[in-house]
Amino acid sequence: MQATVLLSYHPTRLFIFMNLEYLQLTELRKLLDNKQISSVELTKYFLARVKKSDLNAFITISEEQALAEAKKADDFINSPGENPFLCGIPYAAKDMYCTKGIRTTAASKILDNYIPPYDATIISKLKEQKAVLVGKTNQDQFAHGVSGESSAYGFTKNPWDKTRTPSGSSSGSGAAVSAGLCPYALGTDTGGSIRGPASMCGITGYKPTYGRNSRYGVISMASSMDTQGFLCLSVEDAAHITEYISGHDPKDSTTGYEEVPKYHKNLNRGLKGLKVGIPKEYFLEGMDPEVEKRVREAIKQVEFLGAELVEVSLPNTHYGQMVYAIICPSEVSSNLAKYDGIRFGHSTKNAKDLMEVYTKSRAEGFGDEAKRRIMTGTYVLSAGYYDAYYKKAQKIRRLLVNEFAQVFKQVDVLLTATQPNVAGKSGVAQNDPIFAYIADRLVVNCNLAGLPSISVPCGFARPTDGDTPSMDGLPVGLQIIGPQWGEQKIFNVGYAYQQVTDWHKKHPQM
Amino acid sequence: MLTKEEVIKLAQLARIALTDAEVEKFQKDLSTVLDYVDELKKVDVSGVDEVFEVTGLVNVQRDDKAVVADNHQQIFLQAPEMKDGFYKVKAIL
Repeated sequence: MQATVLLSYHPTRLFIFMNLEYLQLTELRKLLDNKQISSVELTKYFLARVKKSDLNAFITISEEQALAEAKKADDFINSPGENPFLCGIPYAAKDMYCTKGIRTTAASKILDNYIPPYDATIISKLKEQKAVLVGKTNQDQFAHGVSGESSAYGFTKNPWDKTRTPSGSSSGSGAAVSAGLCPYALGTDTGGSIRGPASMCGITGYKPTYGRNSRYGVISMASSMDTQGFLCLSVEDAAHITEYISGHDPKDSTTGYEEVPKYHKNLNRGLKGLKVGIPKEYFLEGMDPEVEKRVREAIKQVEFLGAELVEVSLPNTHYGQMVYAIICPSEVSSNLAKYDGIRFGHSTKNAKDLMEVYTKSRAEGFGDEAKRRIMTGTYVLSAGYYDAYYKKAQKIRRLLVNEFAQVFKQVDVLLTATQPNVAGKSGVAQNDPIFAYIADRLVVNCNLAGLPSISVPCGFARPTDGDTPSMDGLPVGLQIIGPQWGEQKIFNVGYAYQQVTDWHKKHPQM
Repeated sequence: MLTKEEVIKLAQLARIALTDAEVEKFQKDLSTVLDYVDELKKVDVSGVDEVFEVTGLVNVQRDDKAVVADNHQQIFLQAPEMKDGFYKVKAIL
């Protein structure tokens, strides 16, 4: 453990801090409110860590803007009155979030020069809190992937083992929080892209109910499944952050009107009387046996806390990954049609006519996986194939929605592994067109049904595909799935679990 | 397995220029994906409705009130090419 000595401008305020990174939000709030540290000092602390890191977790470090925001936060903190909970605390945002005046690329060359003229609603909400954005994190290009390797800006390394991926597509956000580069980082989850990195990087990751918060200003991938969440250090932190980013947005007509409760206030309820479903189809053949062991131990722990375990069945689980493999590219092909080299983004210099402006701008700007998904979508939506593929997939999706609804009549939450294995070696996922769909098979059904889900660290397991520096192995994630609008239930279970375990307090040796 | 012609047609519909090597590569890749989802054929969906939304919200409307946006200059800054306040594009006639 290193002690970091910070000398402030004030001669009587000499203080020594042990590891500001990994402090939870309530602790950072106290330090700021008690003026033991200023937002500018705190921001400089994290910016130094971000700049020193070799994980390639960031595409853009917005140092100037961050320090300006920190100064504004300090002015506010130094004025009388209560400070917003997130005021003055640094955070990062996946490069899918439009940030006004700050380059936003979706990790694609087609947006290499794009500077949004507006903020995503969630970014605006965090600005209202006077949170401090330190930078835009790396990711799979357009969120297509499960390893971060389709990024046009190089891949991100897993802080637990730099020869491995942090999972994806919110790879940079996962690596950044895990390595203590910022206390929380926004991500997106359309097919598991927050929960995967949470699991593989040993941190907490939250996917909201579809419609809990706004998609406005978040670069679209698959509009019927895209959700906005984040990675952070604990469920307690997650409950806090969720209060500030959620709610109906008139600019996103798919946001619900459900009120946003004070999630953190209701956390200490205990689990007595709670029915926890264990869906047998989620314990797959071919799952890493040590991963399964860790997850079953976690389940036993939850039972020990007072919950009643119920064996349940979700018989169509297996089809979800294939349904996603059709619906996702279909919606992607539609959403990526806007990148045409006409109004913004990369525009080719080699076009002889209008058609070539489109075909060459897109050929030059998009990576392989984006092209694959666009063309797959084009195929399954085309005349003659629409019924057999897309329409059928949407009907099977109905079966999945229905069986979740049925099961949630019997139980309050479901517990499963987040991923059936630990972090894989870099270079394996690339160029395998179905790798991501198979890897995400335990998380993707939540996206199809619009359900909330959280991944919390539940131990370590040794990899089966080679060595790793730590004797204990690599992080394993426990997934807690809730019914629609069931955020409070999943937070309660996660919080109770984190009160009696300390997996979420383990961090990689950097 | 998709034919070369099918892939070329798809690329044209998707407005993406492909090299010959890419046509071959995507032929294999797309066929892999289609093989992967083939299992869905056997699922019985008789009497089942498609999912159009998971929120229960349909036809959400707002009042048709004009507001001053005043952000066009910032939007134009992102344009690849402009002339006299218009986006400059290749001739379409």
